[in-house]
Amino acid sequence: MRSYSSGMRHVYGWLLLTPAAILLIAFTHYPTIATFIDSFFSKSSAIRPSRFIGVGNYEAMFEDPIFWKVLFNNLWFALGTIPTSVAIAIVMALLVNRSLPGQGFLRMAYFTPTILPMIAVANIWLFFYTPEIGLIDQILQGLGLSGHNWLGDPDTVLGAVIVMTVWKEAGFFMIFYLAALQHLPKELEEAAKLEGASRWYFFWRVTFPLLMPTTLFVLINAVLNSFKLVDHLFVLTKGGPDNASNLLLYYIYENAFSYFDPNYASTLTVVLLALLAILALLQFFLLDRRIHYR
Amino acid sequence: MSGVRVENLVKQWGDFRAVDGVSFEASQGTLTVLLGPSGCGKSTILRLIAGLEFAESGSVLIDNQDVTQSDPAKRSVSMVFQSYALFPHLDVRENIIFGLKVRKVPAREREARLLKAAEMVGLDQLLSRKPAQLSGGQRQRVALARAIVANQPVCLMDEPLSNLDAKLRAEMREEIHRLQRNLNLTMIYVTHDQTEAMSMADQVVLLKDGQIVQVGAPADLYDTPSTVFAAQFLGTPPMNILPKKVVPTFSGNTESVDLLGIRPEKIKLSNDGIPMIVDAIDYMGAETVLRLLYEDQRLMARIDGKAQVSLGESVSVNWDPADCHGFDRNGNRICGSF
Repeated sequence: MRSYSSGMRHVYGWLLLTPAAILLIAFTHYPTIATFIDSFFSKSSAIRPSRFIGVGNYEAMFEDPIFWKVLFNNLWFALGTIPTSVAIAIVMALLVNRSLPGQGFLRMAYFTPTILPMIAVANIWLFFYTPEIGLIDQILQGLGLSGHNWLGDPDTVLGAVIVMTVWKEAGFFMIFYLAALQHLPKELEEAAKLEGASRWYFFWRVTFPLLMPTTLFVLINAVLNSFKLVDHLFVLTKGGPDNASNLLLYYIYENAFSYFDPNYASTLTVVLLALLAILALLQFFLLDRRIHYR
Repeated sequence: MSGVRVENLVKQWGDFRAVDGVSFEASQGTLTVLLGPSGCGKSTILRLIAGLEFAESGSVLIDNQDVTQSDPAKRSVSMVFQSYALFPHLDVRENIIFGLKVRKVPAREREARLLKAAEMVGLDQLLSRKPAQLSGGQRQRVALARAIVANQPVCLMDEPLSNLDAKLRAEMREEIHRLQRNLNLTMIYVTHDQTEAMSMADQVVLLKDGQIVQVGAPADLYDTPSTVFAAQFLGTPPMNILPKKVVPTFSGNTESVDLLGIRPEKIKLSNDGIPMIVDAIDYMGAETVLRLLYEDQRLMARIDGKAQVSLGESVSVNWDPADCHGFDRNGNRICGSF
């Protein structure tokens, strides 16, 4: 009787797990493995079916100048967005953590960009960046300065996209910092105040180190987002001009659905996944030992 | 002379007067306990002295200097918080010398003061531990060391023992008292525990609803409580308060006396006296607390050793009229003996 019931318990367990397992396998594990396998096959066409070519796609990738350009774009994009948005997030969180009139309104204002879809954000910023009639050019003209085609110039397009992304992300990260700040006991600040510690000193000596767990979490998210978030490129630049604002994930999309080369897209995807895994592990192991968790 | 004086201190939270015209003086090198039930404003007074809150009116004087509007760091006070306020990511050493670093004390002097303070509270072996690796008592010692190392003449303590268990509490109470005397600190100590107040204080400031009820040495408060509240707040079990009319034998001395107070330890079992019913017996070893019923009044009596009575038994009790306290209808003291 006992063995029967414990056997039934296993069946129940598996039955309960099955829906989640099916979803995970069908939409995460199977596609990952299939992508990995596809990256070792050639592109199929009407006259030539796909065949195994080993690391041929990877060799082609290393010789693809656009791949390198896109990879470096992504690097600059990450370097441009992550430190700035994290710094702004901390400053905003410190500001709205103090009791001041209109605090609720300010918090909401800072958080609003986060709840907008990326496409909507891109549309808003398109109004800012559009030459001649865009907000920025109108202001510049009002000041007697000449306008600029921010998104049409290869020198400024990546910067323009970075600014927009920082605007979108900082509010999101602020929420995590605000939550962490509200967990810090008020007496710590009072104890420091009695010793005459300035706000600046207290921030660097106490607040910032105690926020490190949050910073790690935010950094991992920020790095992932810098590779994941490309929706705005569809609206703003389509990766142009001359791939000046193209990012890895958008390049993968182009290969798969514009150039109809799913195998090369798979190759790039494998590289992207490997890159993200390495970055996450690095952050985790390098930062983790320096972080104080309560 | 680094005494502390507060004059007519008022602190308001919206419509609520947390501190309502409080004045007292703590002279140099003494231990003053601010005692009262929760919500009486005692912690707020301490924070006003520290400069962590600012008063609506009134003034705070430290060493005869008016510091009412001064920066907390410039008031020559150190403070121990109820939660200890240790920096969780810093080890014991860095926690203790945090203030010295802020004040840019030279490294050599810092080290010397650190070692001296750590030794005083018995932390010298634990300097590289993080607060999370310490017991409650050890954390309390770190907080003490941080206050000692600051070398400030005035030390403020906000319920420093309330997070400790009873045994540790007694131990730390003694240690704080010893430190206060050895370092000749002017200490202001906030607590709701009358045992702490009785055993440590040179002066007790008893508070209720933001106002001072009575100021004096522990023995003064115990022997001549100014109100029924003071009479019942100090001493365990609290003083018995009876309407005068139910104790006919002892009435008639003072017309305006409405309430009679008698401490439980002054009640004696005797052959002649007021007959009462034993309602409960709490045997504590060295003493026994009897809960007695007399008409609709409840009394507590503290008898040495084990009382030879049984539940429900009728006993006669008696007390020396000189041990009675008389209070008027509003609970204010009228006289001490009859």
